[in-house]
Amino acid sequence: MHKIETKEINLHYGNFHALKGINLVAKENTVTALIGPSGCGKSTYLRLFNRMNDLIDNVEISGQVLVDGEDIYGRKVQVDDLRKKVGMVFQKPNPFPKSIYENVAYGLRVNGINDKKFIEERVVSSLEQAALWEEVKDKLNKSAFELSGGQQQRLCIARALAVQPSVLLMDEPASALDPLSTSKIEELIHTLKKDYTIIIVTHNMQQAGRVSDYTAFFYMGTLVEFNETKIIFTNPKNIQTQNYITGRFG
Amino acid sequence: MKISINQRKRYTQNIAFWIFRLLSFMVVAILFIILCFLIYNGIKVISWDFLTQMPEDGMTKGGIYPAIIGTLCLIAGSMVFAFPVGVLSAIYMNEYASDGWIKKLLNQMTSNLAGIPSIVFGLFGMALFVNKFGFGDSILAGSLTLGLMVLPVIIRTTEEALKAVNDTFRHASLALGSSKWQTTRRVVLPMAFPNIITGVILSIGRVSGETAPILFTVAAYFLPRLPHGIFDQVMALPYHLYVIITSGTNIEESRPIAYGTALVLITIVLIMNLIANAFRRYFGKKVKMN
Repeated sequence: MHKIETKEINLHYGNFHALKGINLVAKENTVTALIGPSGCGKSTYLRLFNRMNDLIDNVEISGQVLVDGEDIYGRKVQVDDLRKKVGMVFQKPNPFPKSIYENVAYGLRVNGINDKKFIEERVVSSLEQAALWEEVKDKLNKSAFELSGGQQQRLCIARALAVQPSVLLMDEPASALDPLSTSKIEELIHTLKKDYTIIIVTHNMQQAGRVSDYTAFFYMGTLVEFNETKIIFTNPKNIQTQNYITGRFG
Repeated sequence: MKISINQRKRYTQNIAFWIFRLLSFMVVAILFIILCFLIYNGIKVISWDFLTQMPEDGMTKGGIYPAIIGTLCLIAGSMVFAFPVGVLSAIYMNEYASDGWIKKLLNQMTSNLAGIPSIVFGLFGMALFVNKFGFGDSILAGSLTLGLMVLPVIIRTTEEALKAVNDTFRHASLALGSSKWQTTRRVVLPMAFPNIITGVILSIGRVSGETAPILFTVAAYFLPRLPHGIFDQVMALPYHLYVIITSGTNIEESRPIAYGTALVLITIVLIMNLIANAFRRYFGKKVKMN
């Protein structure tokens, strides 16, 4: 069984056919990069897995999205439960206007956990996993807005990890960050792979090459090519893929 | 002498900006003149007794204590009703209702409600609260009428406040498995709260100043005692002012009292604004620091 699988996914925004029959699988504890030019559907595809597309009016989806073999668009599925299992990190760091501690604890609190000791342990371990603990351990009660952009993004990662998801969706998580912060995030992705299945959308081809095991190239709503990252980058089968990764368009 | 196109552009711009500047100063000047006028004419009668004594001698002597208390009661009463109803409606309209005819209808109705003249609210309040519900002329009936009147103000400002909260915060919260209500209560409302207070400030200004809605629903012509409860009538500053101005037989004696009353009314509104602003700043800081 694959960790994640989509079968013949079609998605329409009103009259716009945004995803056209996408079939893709991701194995557990791997990083899959979704690349492609703006508007190709890669972010829309990413948002299928935690059903964030549900928030937009006039979206129609057909096909199947399976996480751990279960159709997450099935009738029995509670969206709240799904989103605990499938965490997300957004393009721009978006910590809540709360303290560093409360940001990480938020996901636990809204899921009904009140045990102080448990929350504290989880906050610490999440911050450690997100490689932020050393930098913030003395100012947990300070506002999250006092952190730098890169630190804020790692805080958002810690916040997502705190509810113990098994899948982590990342929507261009480093695009708003400086090179140093970016490389920290990339290192982090590397270590997180041990425990999580990661799907990352990126504009940055080098980044896809550095962090991912598999790469999917999207173009105009279709999945043009999907393969191991090193094959996509050294020996792509499709001419469009080749043109894109060599920088001829995009 | 020929003026270059660039010079002409600069002149036109300078002239335009000066006009704008004068106009915006004029707003401040008008407020300043009104205040000075009231202070000049009204300060003579202001004293501790004026603020704490009952009116006497056909309202040509004594104080305006019951009217002050009455107005404070009406501010509190109308806010107790309008604040929760207005804020909750705005939350529904902005966070829950999907775009469609229901939302359009609600929006249109809110605008229509805002357009109803205050005297019509007075008439409606009398028919519904005073007569139909049998509250009589009372603080309850007056507060409900005033509350209805300022409902659109609170709904609109709350909606704007909610819209100003960036969707990325909502998405971040939802993506952690929280419900829409948890997201609204724990993330959106705290961020919007300082701006929601703006609506309260505007409402308090209107509630304390309007005469027409309280005319048939609560205001007493002359009632030199404090109210016994929410089913009692009260005097209120704007109506009291109207009474002193129009029905006094002794203008030399009553006119200064009128100015004094107006000054007290304005001061109450200003103090309410200051309190609301302090709230706003306090919560604004809490949102940032917490």
